[in-house]
Amino acid sequence: MDIEKRVEDVAFNLIRQAVIYLPEDVKASLKRAYEEETSEAAKTQLKAILENIELAEKYKAPVCQDTGTILFYVTAGAEVRGLDKIEVALINATRRATKEVPLRPNAVDPFTQKNSGDNTGRFVPYINWEIVPGNTLEITVMPKGGGSENMCIAKTIPPGEGINGIKKFVIESIVEAGAQPCPPTIVGVGLGGGVDVAIKLAKKALLRPLNTPNPDPELNKLEKELYEMANKLGIGPMGLGGRATVLGVHVDYAFRHPASFPVAVAFNCWAARKASAKIYEDGSVEYLTHKGVE
Amino acid sequence: MPVYYLKTPISEEDVRKLVVNDTIYITGTIITARDQAHRRALENLKEGKSLPINFEGLAIFHCGPVVKKEGDKWVVVAAGPTTSTRMDLFEDEFIKNFKVRVVIGKGGMGKRTTEAMAKYGAVYAAFTGGAAVLAAKAIKDVKGVEWLDLGVPEALWIFEVENFGPLTVAIDSHGNNIYMDVSKKVEENKRKIYEEIGVTR
Repeated sequence: MDIEKRVEDVAFNLIRQAVIYLPEDVKASLKRAYEEETSEAAKTQLKAILENIELAEKYKAPVCQDTGTILFYVTAGAEVRGLDKIEVALINATRRATKEVPLRPNAVDPFTQKNSGDNTGRFVPYINWEIVPGNTLEITVMPKGGGSENMCIAKTIPPGEGINGIKKFVIESIVEAGAQPCPPTIVGVGLGGGVDVAIKLAKKALLRPLNTPNPDPELNKLEKELYEMANKLGIGPMGLGGRATVLGVHVDYAFRHPASFPVAVAFNCWAARKASAKIYEDGSVEYLTHKGVE
Repeated sequence: MPVYYLKTPISEEDVRKLVVNDTIYITGTIITARDQAHRRALENLKEGKSLPINFEGLAIFHCGPVVKKEGDKWVVVAAGPTTSTRMDLFEDEFIKNFKVRVVIGKGGMGKRTTEAMAKYGAVYAAFTGGAAVLAAKAIKDVKGVEWLDLGVPEALWIFEVENFGPLTVAIDSHGNNIYMDVSKKVEENKRKIYEEIGVTR
């Protein structure tokens, strides 16, 4: 198979699916949030959100005008041939999607303030690589909105503060973010590592399906506690007050240096977009998140 | 909760009737302006240049839309609000000098803007963040675009809209600001949560 062409086509489809159709787990959580909400203002916001999701599907239009910065997660089997062609294929897919879906051009040179116009530029789209045994290629796209990205934060807490130090920093970050990341949000928490590892883990945790228990019982307990606390704050949908401040909290961790305890908090807006597919050795494709969507 | 249907140009008198939590729908002309367009409009004012369109009585919308060109006509595909706090730097001068009556965005605005709204007569109306297709469906026509050199998201788009909403009045012209009220309650709730888990500050 022509791997460059195949990856470009699959990545183009993934971007298109992601920006138009919210994944099922996110839709289900938003519906539940609407049912559980009691305040009228909050219900109005969630109703507009649910209506907007339906309209996006009906008109095949991006669910949010901020179609985000395009981030890829590539899990590549070490035996896949043509790994050197994948980067260029993902860049070309991004250019094509910008024109054809269309996406909003969101890649700006930080010095000249010039928008490249096609969602590509230095380190954009960014590709997170993982090499694993085997001969399949798994590609995930996360179009990441700017409003929620602005609220992502990492710092090192004094190790002596322990679990309560983590809880305090996460809650503080959610309070600080307030209305701005378009709540109800998904919150990713990365613990340990260096600060770079913590924020990478936090961001990747945003991709885990909602309402699936963390396989690590300790982390699962912490996630539940943080979720309960966050939804007692009263920030509510779009920060106008209410119960649904977060749809889920996902935690991941790495070992840390004895002297430093990095904690990172990443936010995804309610329009938490993602799409994944697997490309097999024979060139066949399995779409993982958007089955039955063309 | 009361619902109002407003037509542009909107008078100061009409805007003064609105209070927080009212729902409004707007018909007429709205203009998009983000950071760069705010900056340029105020620079033009300083240099004594006129604006491409008179903003008085209009609504400005914190939004960078997704648009496509069909022939020589622009069509809006998606157009939800962007985070408004970034425009806090400019908005008081904007309200004072250009007499815009409704500022549409998401996430709320701060003290300076709230005070300018009370002083000169304007409201902040929250549109659900991300509800971009809902917004696009209320935009009936693109009347023009100015300052396209700033890029598509930052340009000044002039839209003809019909019943654009629902918008929630979140800052009124009487000094009320829902976000500040929510923020106070959130701080109280946070203190209670910290007590429960034994965090001392």
